[in-house]
Amino acid sequence: MRPTKRFLILAAALSFSAQLAHAADLRIGLQEDPDALDPDQARTFVGRIVFASLCDKLVDISPDLKIVPMLATGWAWSDDGKALTMTLRKGVTFQDGTPFDAEAVKYNITRSQTFDLSRRKAEVKSIASVDVVDPYTVKFNLSTPDATLLSQLADRAGMMISPTAAQREGADFALNPVCSGPFKFVQRVQQDKIVLEKYAGYYDADKIHFDRVIFRPIPDTTVRLANLRAGDLDLIERMAPTDLASAKADPKLQTASAVSIGYQGITVNIANTDQAKNPLGQNKLVRQALSLAIDRDALNQVVFNGAFAPGNQPFPPTSPWYDKDLPIQPRDVAKAKALLKQAGLDKVSFELQTANSPDAQQVAQVIQSMAAEAGMDIKIVTKEFATMLKDQTAGAYQATQVGWSGRVDPDGNLYGFVVTGAGLNDGHYSNPEVDKLMNEARLSTDEAKRKTAYDAAQKILLDELPIIYLYHPVWLWASTAKLQGFVPYADGMIRLQNVSLKN
Amino acid sequence: MFEFILRRLLIAVPTVLLISMFVFGMQKLLPGDPVLAMAGEERDPATLDALRLKYHLNDPIWQQYLYWAEGALHGDLGTSLRTQEPVTTLIAQKLPVTIQLALMSLAVALFIGIPAGVLSAYRKGTWVDWLSNVVALSGLSIPNFWLGIMLILLVSVRLGWLPASGYVSPWTDPLTSIKTMLMPAFVLGSALAAALMRHTRSAMLGVLKSDYVRTARAKGLPERTVLVKHALRNALVPVVTVATLIFGELLGGAVLTEQIFTIPGFGKLVVDAVFSRDYAVVQGIVLCTAVAFIAMNLLADVAYRLLNPRMRVA
Repeated sequence: MRPTKRFLILAAALSFSAQLAHAADLRIGLQEDPDALDPDQARTFVGRIVFASLCDKLVDISPDLKIVPMLATGWAWSDDGKALTMTLRKGVTFQDGTPFDAEAVKYNITRSQTFDLSRRKAEVKSIASVDVVDPYTVKFNLSTPDATLLSQLADRAGMMISPTAAQREGADFALNPVCSGPFKFVQRVQQDKIVLEKYAGYYDADKIHFDRVIFRPIPDTTVRLANLRAGDLDLIERMAPTDLASAKADPKLQTASAVSIGYQGITVNIANTDQAKNPLGQNKLVRQALSLAIDRDALNQVVFNGAFAPGNQPFPPTSPWYDKDLPIQPRDVAKAKALLKQAGLDKVSFELQTANSPDAQQVAQVIQSMAAEAGMDIKIVTKEFATMLKDQTAGAYQATQVGWSGRVDPDGNLYGFVVTGAGLNDGHYSNPEVDKLMNEARLSTDEAKRKTAYDAAQKILLDELPIIYLYHPVWLWASTAKLQGFVPYADGMIRLQNVSLKN
Repeated sequence: MFEFILRRLLIAVPTVLLISMFVFGMQKLLPGDPVLAMAGEERDPATLDALRLKYHLNDPIWQQYLYWAEGALHGDLGTSLRTQEPVTTLIAQKLPVTIQLALMSLAVALFIGIPAGVLSAYRKGTWVDWLSNVVALSGLSIPNFWLGIMLILLVSVRLGWLPASGYVSPWTDPLTSIKTMLMPAFVLGSALAAALMRHTRSAMLGVLKSDYVRTARAKGLPERTVLVKHALRNALVPVVTVATLIFGELLGGAVLTEQIFTIPGFGKLVVDAVFSRDYAVVQGIVLCTAVAFIAMNLLADVAYRLLNPRMRVA
């Protein structure tokens, strides 16, 4: 007893000198610790949040997912779709003073393609060569037309780093990154903080209202919110859906949300090793029955307090790429049972592997109980994420409950997962008609034509169901009520242009 | 004494070597592919191959160990696959934090555990004994994460007395540094105090029955002198053992507590490293912890000899 009391008295005494953050600091709570701070090496979602302040890109996206100018002020496709010419912003310098020009763009693309630790190789594969037309005009010559290129350049592949620093540092660039964004790198302590400070030479400096940005990884969602409430943070990302109501009720806080461009679903093993030889993998009627057995609204209510967005396609219902002719089907247990009967089965059992996070396990359990009512016996196998991924790639699974963080271009949410032999097609699904439509959509820069191709592919995919889509996460942010100008984006990033704290 | 220390240090060398081999082997038994964990969502095959080559992951395991051991002998523990930072830098960043948290937690544990143990032994069977036991056991049975979150909600959110999380080096701002560490040290220390209290109590009970305590009392020494100078000093030997073991364990990192208070110590680092299959980091920290543990044991042995002259001849 007494020590506790003594501790509290001591705490009270110490609190007289409570440390106040500098007025123009912004403290952001992240869910994870980012990985390497090099746009070419980086692989995590959370790392991209830091890059949004550190590194500007050739192009950016708008909240409604249109490509908008950033370091490139304009662009034009050649008639055959095999050349993209970009006009670059003048008067831009990297944070070490190196001027930004067409040569720098060429260096960056070459580095993404050839650096041995680059994770961007596949994203810029279609670029055969880069021509420096003049210091502020650059031309990408493509080996094949590639409609996805602009959206790749709106992400890490388009982040411009200082060639001077990159050449000097090599792989160590990640320890001291030098980019072209509004804030420059100061310090990083793993699992503790990443500190950036305002870059005085930023071309859009009058839109930046903070002297420093401090990113702090705090994995526990409750603790992250408690830090915001205690005034130790100003903004947190990925608030737990279960905390939304209490955060909204707190007058000192405000919340923001955006439906993500990613999805969560069940990836079925269709033809990867003998593990695929089970009713779920062999018979589309069983997959249709499983999809019909799931009440997506109830799933969302039970696990996510209704804060997420139910879905049945790789794009959320709010996306312009969503096929409105194929809406989410309501749960229909009778029909699910009839489908099983049609398949000549009355009882089906299969294994569903899932990651060991609490949310993922809950989702699996809800699916398990819903499917049981339709005569499907699901055995849940919980695995640590890296192990689950390896088993999925190797074909040592029947079905995985897994998701995708999403890409701005529709191609990024579909192509790799459903085209024969594509890198992420772990279920080894193959349908020549789908392959044809996917390639058509990829090669065209005409949006209407692409939409027609995707819609046609969706009709096949939602019938054969190599992936049973379940829901789209919703990004939830919470901040002090003093924060103003924050705009939620579907990509989950935090863009600090025009954001400020009122006094 | 010198010869004793030297002999112990020589035994430590093969121990560390064996530990490093064991940990290296165990890590390779972990399911999951480090390169898959490193490649990013897209998992481009060309990238996977480049990474395997770069980090010698195609070579046989003994060769991979030799690469690591050769570097370690030159003071190079490799680089983190996850962030590209040298492992030595990471250890240099985290070791002081871990040591500070361990010292402060141990201080809290000693501050609560020893007086409580002495009192409950001295007043055995009375309400003081009973109360000490209840306090100590509740410290042990309350889960760290629960106590941590409750303390944050009470002390930081409700009362606003202490920062909810974070770490400040004592060299830049000693006061803030202690303030940020107070709650985590209390959470860890209160759990450890129970073990110390129980050990102090049983050792004291034994000593208080011994002849020399009766002699001291018969000489008419004041009770306080008997208790502190004669009884406690002799009872401390097993307590020192427990305290050094606890300290050694604390140096391995306190995962949950670090996680809740966002203290950038070894615990969080090693857990993140295991999940991302960041072998070099796990290996480096385990090595560092093993050395610390061995040093702690040595220190305990030296402390026995200082506390109890009878052990000096042994």
